[in-house]
Amino acid sequence: MSMTDEPLYPIAVLIDELKNDDIQLRLNSIRRLSTIARALGEERTRKELIPFLSENNDDDDEVLLAMAEELGVFIPYVGGVEHAHVLLPPLETLSTVEETCVREKAVESLCRVGSQMKESDLVEHFIPLVKRLAAGEWFTARVSACGVFHIAYPSAPDTVKTELRSIYTQLCQDDMPMVRRAAATNLGKFAATIESAHLKTDVMSMFDDLTQDEQDSVRLLAVEGCAALGKLLEPQDCVAHILPVIVNFSQDKSWRVRYMVANQLYELCEAVGPEPTRTELVPAYVRLLRDNEAEVRIAAAGKVTKFCRILNPELAIQHILPCVKELSTDSSQHVRSALASVIMGMAPVLGKDATFEHLLPIFLSLLKDEFPDVRLNIISKLDQVNQVIGIDLLSQSLLPAIVELAEDRHWRVRLAIIEYIPLLASQLGVGFFDDKLGALCMQWLQDKVHSIREAAANNVKRLAEEFGPEWAMQHIVPQVLEMINNPHYLYRMTILRAVSLLAPVMGSEITCSKLLPVVMTAAKDRVPNIKFNVAKVLQSLIPIVDQSVVEKTIRPGLVELSEDPDVDVRFFANQALQSIDNVMMSS
Amino acid sequence: MNGGDDEDVVVVAASSGDQSPPLQWRFSQVFGERSAGEEVQPVDMISAIEFDHSGDHLATGDRGGRVVLFERSDAKHSSGGRRDLEETDYSVRHPEFCYKTEFQSHDPAFDYLKSLEIEEKINKIRWCQTANGALFLLSTNDKTIKYWKVQDKKIKKICDINADPSGAVGNGIVANGVPEALRLPVVVTSHESSPVAKCRRVYPHAHDYHINSISINSDGETFISADDLRINLWNLEISNQSFNIVDVKPEKMEDLSEVITAAEFHPTHCNMLAYSSSKGSIRLIDLRQSALCDSHSKLFEEPDAAGSKSFFTEIIASVSDIKFAKEGRYLLSRDYMTLKLWDINMDSGPVSTFQVHEYLKPKLCDLYENDSIFDKFECCISGNGLRAATGSYSNLFRVFGVSPGSTETATLEASRNPMRRHVPVPSRPSKLGSILGGSESTAGVDGNSSNALDYTTKLLHLAWHPNENLIACAAGNSLYMYCA
Repeated sequence: MSMTDEPLYPIAVLIDELKNDDIQLRLNSIRRLSTIARALGEERTRKELIPFLSENNDDDDEVLLAMAEELGVFIPYVGGVEHAHVLLPPLETLSTVEETCVREKAVESLCRVGSQMKESDLVEHFIPLVKRLAAGEWFTARVSACGVFHIAYPSAPDTVKTELRSIYTQLCQDDMPMVRRAAATNLGKFAATIESAHLKTDVMSMFDDLTQDEQDSVRLLAVEGCAALGKLLEPQDCVAHILPVIVNFSQDKSWRVRYMVANQLYELCEAVGPEPTRTELVPAYVRLLRDNEAEVRIAAAGKVTKFCRILNPELAIQHILPCVKELSTDSSQHVRSALASVIMGMAPVLGKDATFEHLLPIFLSLLKDEFPDVRLNIISKLDQVNQVIGIDLLSQSLLPAIVELAEDRHWRVRLAIIEYIPLLASQLGVGFFDDKLGALCMQWLQDKVHSIREAAANNVKRLAEEFGPEWAMQHIVPQVLEMINNPHYLYRMTILRAVSLLAPVMGSEITCSKLLPVVMTAAKDRVPNIKFNVAKVLQSLIPIVDQSVVEKTIRPGLVELSEDPDVDVRFFANQALQSIDNVMMSS
Repeated sequence: MNGGDDEDVVVVAASSGDQSPPLQWRFSQVFGERSAGEEVQPVDMISAIEFDHSGDHLATGDRGGRVVLFERSDAKHSSGGRRDLEETDYSVRHPEFCYKTEFQSHDPAFDYLKSLEIEEKINKIRWCQTANGALFLLSTNDKTIKYWKVQDKKIKKICDINADPSGAVGNGIVANGVPEALRLPVVVTSHESSPVAKCRRVYPHAHDYHINSISINSDGETFISADDLRINLWNLEISNQSFNIVDVKPEKMEDLSEVITAAEFHPTHCNMLAYSSSKGSIRLIDLRQSALCDSHSKLFEEPDAAGSKSFFTEIIASVSDIKFAKEGRYLLSRDYMTLKLWDINMDSGPVSTFQVHEYLKPKLCDLYENDSIFDKFECCISGNGLRAATGSYSNLFRVFGVSPGSTETATLEASRNPMRRHVPVPSRPSKLGSILGGSESTAGVDGNSSNALDYTTKLLHLAWHPNENLIACAAGNSLYMYCA
């Protein structure tokens, strides 16, 4: 980096504003620290700017957060990797402030800087920093220390490595639960850098400390470490050391710990291999699926598909499926909802026969659940089942339920169904669709909720795309156009919307012969909202229909509207007229 | 606001030689003392008192939404002058506090949706973990909890900036292109520092009813807030989300028969908390059991004393405050007439019951009519768990020895002369069932001050220093401290 031609005055202002009373200005200056550094040059940045920042660290959190972030990418401005260590002091102070987000950012930046430093510099500068933080008077420093061990450790000489491991062991037993929590959170990262010889001894003893902590909040973070550690260990060691712990955790007194286990368990299956999974983890998981606490069942239910994917189908059918059946009628709606959101994914895992035999009844009962979220979750994943059991079976068994949901009390459920209709239509085919669903699509156009009408109009368009204009002429257009006579103007507006969407799909001829006359009639409506929407629709029709039609029909209609007493109608009519002129000019 | 010393040593008579000799309470300090005839402004009334864990700081909150902090000023750790002082008068130094700072924690607000005024009165203060030399505390009014940081800030002055723009540009263009004119601001730090309070977080909109308690968890990251019907669990770092862990609201409000009056976390077990109710029961719940703790794991109730029921029985049974003793085995509770000590391993009844003002029993009707019967007296327990204190009317408060076999009792008045009106008489702590106990001491009170008790001067709030025999109590707008 060298001098640039940037004018000095703005830089001088920027520098002054590092200490401005206005936090926004200070923040702005910090955000442009790299500009200041470039102007000062590498040497002055090292000798003046960085020390200045180190000393002035009692600023507002936002400023400190920004500073921590900037310093993480500051190596180029202090003269490259060989000078990277000058960035450590300010980051060290930032990593001891009491605001968590600042500390975390500072630690992140420390790691970023440290991971680029030369090994000798790490030994000389970074490792002492880790030790200082770990010995900090306040818990804030010690919390941050836990997050930088994995950077320092690999380059440390053997004696120091031993020391670092013993320091971390102390952090795992710190008086303050915050520090122990940080140690638990970072154990996996640190362990990944430790030689396998020490893994089984030192790391496992740290892990044991944490898993036996009296504080729930520490133990449940230790659970998270299980999966990470499990992957580092050889399968037999994992079975010997991690498995008993996780099985123990799955029966912990605290539901929060069991909740974490329920979330993590499937990750461990791979680490321990198939046999222990069958004998230990499946029973543990089954227990969690039947836990007393709804929150635990929610977490377990949410992972049912991921878990089944790891197991072979027989195990899943034999052990997991009975639980799934129970969960589908669980007393907690949230459990059922969590199950509904993933259960579809089980279909490919179990295969066609098992799906039909076991899962379909569950789908059906969930589809009829009294709680809308449950129904929604099922509907939104219907295509996954489709791939397994095929459309015939699906339509026979699920369609009645879907038709029922199409008239659901909750508009969000209806909305989800509508969005699913084009997909369903393409899979069911024309014949089937006409019989069962056609009428529904029309009914939605007159729904009480605007979002549903809007979605219904869009749905009509997508159906026309799917089955082609000819089919649409027979099955959609007449019915839609009929509704333009609805006494309620909001419904008439929906039809105009549908017309404008249908026109491009139907093509010029049908638009001119069928759609346009309806729109022109609507131009005589007594409600201004309809009239200016007519103007908008006409504008959208211009590119679709023939030039002559534009001149003969559309323009006169718009001219009439442009003299309407209502200002909005005039505005949109004029806008449409203008776009006619534009089209004319360009052609 | 000045602390004053007084050397009125009053000997509290003790009947028998207990394991610890009875304490001799004497006046230590007063802040905001009222001069004779001065009228107390309602906004100045102290509404919360709390020592921090080290005992080096004391916070008070008042009806005007202010929080005042006091700092221990006696040279606790210095060795220099201490010996001289010890040689002079008395051998044990007692803690002294001085005013540190104050800040406006809450302001009056208006709930437009419910068309209700929200008072700024501080209902509770709780100290949080100290970090980086800064103090942290939670304060709450009826609806909103706030997290405060108080830190000594050095006064800083900035000089030597790139000041005059024209000059800077002129000097900046140096032949070799190095912009030497760019100077970093020089910050001159003075040695003086002043405490600055800053609101770090606000935890709003989580309570439909009035918040009566907040309590910090021993895990250092969560706290609870309790209102009449619900208890919510918060993470200190997350202010926009809380979890409801107890909900006693019945489906129909007509069925409401019991409200939550106080809640506190266990001092060491992060999963345990206790809450008390208006029906006189205390429930211990285990957060590990389930997410919504509607079922308690232990229930502490006074077994029904048959036959003695009256219209007031239920009203005076309402628990107004609960406090865990330091190591968490014992729990202190206060209802209108009594102070009770519970062992959390024994749910058949209280370990001991202390009559606070038995002489009011015939006057319950008057107290009901002037609403005094609904006054919520707080209680506190000493750091060593040997004694407990609680307030009464006429600015009196009582100290009881709560260790097994102790008969120590003292009645003090929150004034410069705490023993002015009473001849203290030891009283036996009445074991459960015996309601008549403790009347001897009250005879002294009544006999001595024949004039009627003053119901308007009630001593509701008081706190015991965590590791010294020092009680801070609020009498109106004044903060009195007594030590032994």
